[in-house]
Amino acid sequence: MIGSLAQFWAAVSAYPFLRNALIAGLITGIVAPLIGSFVVVRRLSIIADALAHVMLSGVALGYLLGSTSRVFAAVPPIYYGTAVALVAALLIERLRTMYRSYSELAVPIIMSAGVGLSIVLIGLARGLNVDLVGLLFGNILSVTQADLLRIVVAALIVAVTIALLYKELLYLSFDDEAARLSGVPAKTINFIFSALIALVISVSMQIVGTLLISALITLPVAAALRLAKSFRALLTLGVVFAETSVLVGMAAAYTFDLATGGTIVLVAILILLAVLVWQKRLRA
Amino acid sequence: MAAFDPSNVVLEAEGVSFRYESQYVLKRVSLTLHRGELLGLVGPNGSGKSTLLKVMLGLLPLAEGTVRWFGVPLNRFRDWARIGYVSQKAASFNVGFPVTVEEVVRMGLIARLGIFRRPGKKETEKVLEALEFVGMADFRRRNIGALSGGQQQRVFIARALVGDPEVLILDEPTVGVDRHSEVRFYALLEKMHKERGLSIVLVSHDLGVVSEKMDTIVCINHELFYHGSASGFRAACDEIVARAYGQEMKIITHAHDPGEEAIYR
Repeated sequence: MIGSLAQFWAAVSAYPFLRNALIAGLITGIVAPLIGSFVVVRRLSIIADALAHVMLSGVALGYLLGSTSRVFAAVPPIYYGTAVALVAALLIERLRTMYRSYSELAVPIIMSAGVGLSIVLIGLARGLNVDLVGLLFGNILSVTQADLLRIVVAALIVAVTIALLYKELLYLSFDDEAARLSGVPAKTINFIFSALIALVISVSMQIVGTLLISALITLPVAAALRLAKSFRALLTLGVVFAETSVLVGMAAAYTFDLATGGTIVLVAILILLAVLVWQKRLRA
Repeated sequence: MAAFDPSNVVLEAEGVSFRYESQYVLKRVSLTLHRGELLGLVGPNGSGKSTLLKVMLGLLPLAEGTVRWFGVPLNRFRDWARIGYVSQKAASFNVGFPVTVEEVVRMGLIARLGIFRRPGKKETEKVLEALEFVGMADFRRRNIGALSGGQQQRVFIARALVGDPEVLILDEPTVGVDRHSEVRFYALLEKMHKERGLSIVLVSHDLGVVSEKMDTIVCINHELFYHGSASGFRAACDEIVARAYGQEMKIITHAHDPGEEAIYR
């Protein structure tokens, strides 16, 4: 493994596109578990998945609109995706209050709407040059300088917002009634939180693709959850596991010529399994 | 128990009603809490005790009646840091939540700190002080889910105390804790009252202990059945209980308990 890491490192130094890919991957490895820690303890893992699917329809919409006019084409499709995911996040909150006793219904409703819309829009865009496989499974080598800038800005927004609202987010996640009583503006913060999820998805899209985004948000946190006694430890371990997955996954994918997104997620699964097995041995 | 100050009203609820559709959960209930007063709110299960608390705290909408905190109407009251609340739900939190005792108590500082401000050194000291007060300082790095019910309860009380409130509201704090923890809880209650001069509202269905430990009793079962001194409640207990709880209700005495306390079963 060390050998393949060294090989990978040499390649990164030689090729700028690999460098972009690595930086984008490492940034994702920070923000995905950061937001993921809150997503998991709030039992919202499935929402991340739904929003990722909705974002796909937004991206497809971006491609379509871009083919009709130069004005639309000036904005990269991923921005349309982020905007549509934000609207979907709002709709999910709205649906959850409408179906109060079946609030989990909101997720499949939004998710199927997203997937349905994606299929139709991508069908319409068939003549266009749309990298469907890249959208679904990620295409980390497609990260351009402009993409990298967007990813850095989005990640900074996510990290700074989480730092500023850390205590409010933690209180709302742990005991929302007491938090509201303490004057925490629950509705506003929940919306900001959904917006952050959408931003993280937009950051991760090129790295692992629509289908695997929620894996990067939840798997490292799932492993950390088995070991962490404090919330700080959950965040730290989550980031360590995610970064390890990204680094080892990318190096392995490069060395053995595998699909990068899938390999990163498989490494995350291996880490999770290792933690589970190690814990079981410890108890026995 | 020390006498409270009858001229200094902390909380005043008048004619509070609350309905789920056409069903009245609360019908014109009134109560008053004075500075330094220990008020026991009793009533059968499902009599609307928790609902009354939530309406008074603004967690449920106040449709009829008025509520004033420190003289300020509920809809204009913003100074929630003056009130500490330990909900019934606090005892049924997600035990798998990765959070330490210290992290839980730090949450209680939010009302004082306000948004965007991060707790500093002074706040860390306050957290430790609150944990020492409830006797849980040694457990501060432990995961909250790994503690016993009684220990968790004391942590949640520390969380309510850390912001230096003037009023403490406790919703069924002794449910699901063992006898030893219950005795410890009432000792803590006395300490909070004596050392911090807190006004306390304690919701309980444990009539015996409450009527002994508190100054004032409020007995409700959707409507108000009694609001007055604890001694007055003890004197007319059978009659009040028969009216509020129904005839089949009896107060039984636990002979095996050293303190011989009446417990509602």
